[in-house]
Amino acid sequence: MLEVKNLHCTVEGKEILRGINLSVRTGEVHAIMGPNGSGKSTFASVLAGNQKYEVTEGEVSFDGMDLLGMSIEDRARAGLFLGFQYPVEIPGVSMANFMKLAVNEQRKYRGLEPLSAGDFLRLMREKSAIVELDSKLTSRAVNEGFSGGEKKKNEIFQMAMLDPKLAILDETDSGLDIDALRIVATGVTKLHRPDNATVVITHYQRLLDYIVPDYVHVLYKGRIIYTGDKSLALKLEEQGYDWLINQYQ
Amino acid sequence: MDENEKILDDITRQEYKYGFVTDIETDTIPKGLNEEIIRMISAKKGEPAWMTENRVKAYRQWLTMSMPHWAHLDIPEIDYQDIIYYAAPRTTPKYNSMDEVDPELKATFDKLGIPLEEQMALSGVAVDAVMDSVSVKTTFKETLAEMGIIFCSMSEAIRDYPDLVRKYLGSVVPYTDNFFAALNAAVFSDGSFCYVPKGVRCPMELSTYFRINAAGTGQFERTLIVADEGAYVSYLEGCTAPRRDENQLHAAVVEIVVMKDAEVKYSTVQNWYPGDKEGKGGIYNFVTKRGICRGENARLSWTQVETGSAITWKYPSCILAGDNSVGEFYSVALTNNFQQADTGTKMIHLGRNTRSRIVSKGISAGQSQNSYRGLVKVSKKAVGARNYSQCDSLLIGDKCGAHTFPYVESDNRSAVIEHEATTSKISDDQLMYCNQRGIATEEAVGLIVNGYAREVLNKLPMEFAIEAQKLLAISLEGSVG
Repeated sequence: MLEVKNLHCTVEGKEILRGINLSVRTGEVHAIMGPNGSGKSTFASVLAGNQKYEVTEGEVSFDGMDLLGMSIEDRARAGLFLGFQYPVEIPGVSMANFMKLAVNEQRKYRGLEPLSAGDFLRLMREKSAIVELDSKLTSRAVNEGFSGGEKKKNEIFQMAMLDPKLAILDETDSGLDIDALRIVATGVTKLHRPDNATVVITHYQRLLDYIVPDYVHVLYKGRIIYTGDKSLALKLEEQGYDWLINQYQ
Repeated sequence: MDENEKILDDITRQEYKYGFVTDIETDTIPKGLNEEIIRMISAKKGEPAWMTENRVKAYRQWLTMSMPHWAHLDIPEIDYQDIIYYAAPRTTPKYNSMDEVDPELKATFDKLGIPLEEQMALSGVAVDAVMDSVSVKTTFKETLAEMGIIFCSMSEAIRDYPDLVRKYLGSVVPYTDNFFAALNAAVFSDGSFCYVPKGVRCPMELSTYFRINAAGTGQFERTLIVADEGAYVSYLEGCTAPRRDENQLHAAVVEIVVMKDAEVKYSTVQNWYPGDKEGKGGIYNFVTKRGICRGENARLSWTQVETGSAITWKYPSCILAGDNSVGEFYSVALTNNFQQADTGTKMIHLGRNTRSRIVSKGISAGQSQNSYRGLVKVSKKAVGARNYSQCDSLLIGDKCGAHTFPYVESDNRSAVIEHEATTSKISDDQLMYCNQRGIATEEAVGLIVNGYAREVLNKLPMEFAIEAQKLLAISLEGSVG
């Protein structure tokens, strides 16, 4: 589904990603871990198409398409979803309106008719239940006045609405209390199917108790330096990254 | 220029879609302004002598005045002798049924999205349409008349209700008020008149649609609304004009009288031709709008969505004379390309416990200049007066300007006056977030701008709110660099 080959990128002339290779097949869950500043969020942003970063080398294919040649919105419409680490507020724009536009843009791209108001509301109700999102939140402005936990639940709610082929979740577990973490993580698990894939970026093993990864990758200085199974996350939790970094150097 | 900026740039450069000209026979008078012209206008309209004299008096006053230059506007010299002060579609503007309406004229209003029959049948909105200088159609007159509500063109009002007109015309905006008000009092050609009698709640939105069509003309309409004790009316005006390379002058006056326990809501969606993207052409919109809350508990609310005109100079105001009366001003002013707007309000607190609320949302794009100018004045007698003002500016791109000029004059220690102001930009992060959800930058800007203006748009009657939303998005097409 996702094939990343030798991906390099720079921001303001500084190289952040230095040759990432990653292959994600349908039905898989991948976790990307690594010390602060290793390039995890940058990697997610580049896949989503953020223009702050300049891709200098490499290729990415997504579902057979040349991902790097697509606009941000087309990547999204084609089924790539990014759960933001810091979701932004859009004052005055209701969640319902925002999602309606998003869902219908995706449908248009796929040659489908827009959803009727009734079908849309039904979909919203059904999907907000997955993350136990208070239905009142959907009538409020996008992320405006949402607590940290609500914002993250709202990301997963949007993921549920858009039903992506590939979801990249950038530190979805940061800033969550224990209950919110459970709700968000089980939400993601519920959305996982054999015909889609999930990449979670995290610092903590505790998220992986819920979302069990098939592969755990360690990113360091813009490269994946080690790949293991779910036991790697446990080992990292106990021992930190030093042993790996030493081994790499 | 990165991708987003390019798209923003394209969006904000979209063309004006009401720029067509209707090919219709027009009855005009010679260019220029003098007493003879004024008497000619009055004669064309078959006015009584008192009205003619009013006009002449105003004209003489105007001769002694000069253009105001205090606004944050760069206004080119206007040659008042180079304007045609009266133009009317030649077809007799009196219709008993839609069949009698000139098909070209009907087509024009259809293009503007106000098919008169449909409005009559479906939306229950009573419409008065003013093309160039003359009111061409007032719908629903009979239905309203049954309730004692008068809704007609100003010309008809002068003819049929001279006592009401003489009593109220010029009572809120006298011809001595300012340069443009004097000019309007001298040459105004038509407009709408509305009187809602005691205790009557007008059951439908009343609406006037203004259209400038003929070249080289100015439009000077005069609107007068009177809500007698305990009455209620909601009123809406919309405006468009064809695209022309020369500038055209629009100097209107709106007066509103609100008696004890009465309420008037006045909404404007102003979309006069703004000029092209190089700043050529467009309407000069110099308008005086003022209402008075004469009695206790009177309420007056102005809502405006201003997206058109090359230059806008306009300050819909409330004189809060009655005790406990309430004035409100909700405004969205959007400027793009080379448009200039200096707009705001005046809240004059005279009565006890009077309250006013100002919510102004400026949006500047392109190389436009957008100013909010507002006065809150509390007189000695206005014990317990309260005002809350909120002035927000949204900047799109880095070549435009947003300015806020709030004036506060309080002669009463018990007054509570609050002012809040913010300035913001559409952030790259917001655009990225929308893009990542599949929403292209063009739609995202429209969405964000509409969200920003939500509080004001919510004050508009439903069908006009939707219209205004679309208008905001369209007016921004082509805007940021």
